[in-house]
Amino acid sequence: MANEVIFKNRDLDRLWDIEQYRSRGGYEVLTRILTEKTPPAEIIDGMKTSGLRGRGGAGFPTGLKWSFINRSAPGDKYLVCNSDEGEPGTFKDRDILRYNPHALVEGMLIASYVIDAHRAYNYIRGEFWEPYERFQNAIDQARAAGFVGNNILGSGFDCELNVHLGGGAYVCGEETALLESIEGKKGQPRYKPPFPAHVGLYGRPTVINNTETLASVPTILREGAEQFRDIGVENSGGSKLFSISGHVKNPGVFELPMGTPFSELFELAGGMRDGSKIKAVIPGGSSSPVIPGEIMMDLTMDYDAIAKAGSMLGSGAVIVMDESTCMVKVLDRMGYFYYEESCGQCTPCREGTGWLYRIVHRIENGQGRPEDIDLLMDVQNRIRGKTICALGDAAAMPVAGMLRYYQDEFQYHIDHKKCKVGAGT
Amino acid sequence: MSALETKNRNELFTPEIRAEIDHEIAKYPEAESQSAAMAALRIVQDANGGWLTQERMDEVAAYLDLPPIAIYEVATFYSMYEHKPVGRNKLCVCTNISCMINNSDQIVEHLNNRLGIKFGEVTEDGRFSLKEVECLGACGGAPMMQVGRKYYENLTPERLDSILDELE
Ligand SMILES: Cc1cc2nc3c(=O)[nH]c(=O)nc-3n(C[C@H](O)[C@H](O)[C@H](O)COP(=O)(O)O)c2cc1C
Ligand code: SF4
Ligand code: FES
Repeated sequence: MANEVIFKNRDLDRLWDIEQYRSRGGYEVLTRILTEKTPPAEIIDGMKTSGLRGRGGAGFPTGLKWSFINRSAPGDKYLVCNSDEGEPGTFKDRDILRYNPHALVEGMLIASYVIDAHRAYNYIRGEFWEPYERFQNAIDQARAAGFVGNNILGSGFDCELNVHLGGGAYVCGEETALLESIEGKKGQPRYKPPFPAHVGLYGRPTVINNTETLASVPTILREGAEQFRDIGVENSGGSKLFSISGHVKNPGVFELPMGTPFSELFELAGGMRDGSKIKAVIPGGSSSPVIPGEIMMDLTMDYDAIAKAGSMLGSGAVIVMDESTCMVKVLDRMGYFYYEESCGQCTPCREGTGWLYRIVHRIENGQGRPEDIDLLMDVQNRIRGKTICALGDAAAMPVAGMLRYYQDEFQYHIDHKKCKVGAGT
Repeated sequence: MSALETKNRNELFTPEIRAEIDHEIAKYPEAESQSAAMAALRIVQDANGGWLTQERMDEVAAYLDLPPIAIYEVATFYSMYEHKPVGRNKLCVCTNISCMINNSDQIVEHLNNRLGIKFGEVTEDGRFSLKEVECLGACGGAPMMQVGRKYYENLTPERLDSILDELE
């Protein structure tokens, strides 16, 4: 497809081998930058023009993030890639690691050059063993070809690239928890400020970007920042990987221009399975508030459109649910997840996620109390904006979203001590 | 001084394990060998039948020249470290949203019935243990589970049976 960036060369059967990656221009941009000694500011300008926003969930403009690093400050700087991929519903970075690992290697090297980092780490979640092996193999091949290590291509630029495997903790996807984890500690998020651009890994200036963000870099710089930007829409440059799962016929990862109608993505995924009817969609990972199917059908997949509908594009993880789905059960399971994964550092999150889970759980089990819906709203409100990291918000927002559209199901559970949908409890 | 401290570093672990841990240490700046703690625990756990004992954790601490508490903190924070015996095959079943709405309950139930164990338990012959895990980033293949280093996706009770038969 013409608009593909990450999956552009997926027609090749072994794109993860360096020869195939190079046969389509792979490592050309890196080579040009290093031999011509392209001024880093020029590359940053290009990234700004491209409109690329961080694909990890927060959507922060990548060029701007890179510009925060004071390149000429003495001492070490670090580039860190976030392949923790823990947001429920998200499974795109795994495909990048498996099918296009060299795009990530090249993107990480370019970003390292821009911020003058001589060490770069890719933090891959520990469960991703097979994707890790693919990626490690790509590093080894790149090293053998002279793209990794000391004095790369005779340019005088040194860069070591290594993998750090996680140990199973959702919160480590949060960038400062991730840094703690690389330092060999518990993954507890740090207070911000200071931001990682000033005090990051080992206390040094650090850029952290998502896998998809960094893997987009080589193509953006090779084919032109404007061209990338124009694939997408205003405020949402480029294409994006969407992970779509749930009750669709063909779940999977699809790369589409930002601003593509949801209905097109839905169709690519084969529509609903077994002739069932769509009920609701979680558009951007489990932390993003749910949207009813009929509203979703009129939305486009870009930051602004989804935000206007009261949710978030997040990591682009779309979970489609059919009419047999009990929303109380879904929120019960989500509540358990956030409760389990809270790192426990701040009271509103540690206690609040426990409250949320226990309340929804008792509603689900027919023990809900008349005051529970108000209580849920109150508790989620007391978490939002009052915590060290965004996990607290991530736990709270879906609660308000569920109650906004599906309060009747919760009420029914409370009043009748059973499920309205039938297929649930 | 504890018994461990008097031990020479070279007496801890087998040469293979030491080499693996040293390889990890080399990934990080010189003064930052604590960064290798997670990998060291993983390596030692794998060599110890899939779980950690206090003795093994103390050895990791001694090897990395860290206070034992620093290692206990890491080993108890991350869910992939085990502190009780596990089966030779640790079946990690995802029950998060995409898997749940694709009937992970049925998968869990089938495993409960066939193996006679619940989450957190090990079969009597030590062949299998069962663990509930959060989204493993493979929701397109829901319902799914991880066994060892491998993912098994699009599970059905029938497929489960043939997978279990093949696991020693
Ligand atoms: C609880 C939590 C979990 C997160 N998990 C991930 C993750 O798995 N992968 C990721 O790239 N970003 C994750 N993020 C976002 C990161 O903190 C960070 O914004 C991102 O890695 C920056 O990269 P980007 O600018 O390229 O998106 C998470 C954030 C929070 C609060
Ligand atoms: S919001 Fe939750 S996960 Fe984040 S630092 Fe606070 S307690 Fe930890
Ligand atoms: S929900 Fe099971 S792998 Fe994501």
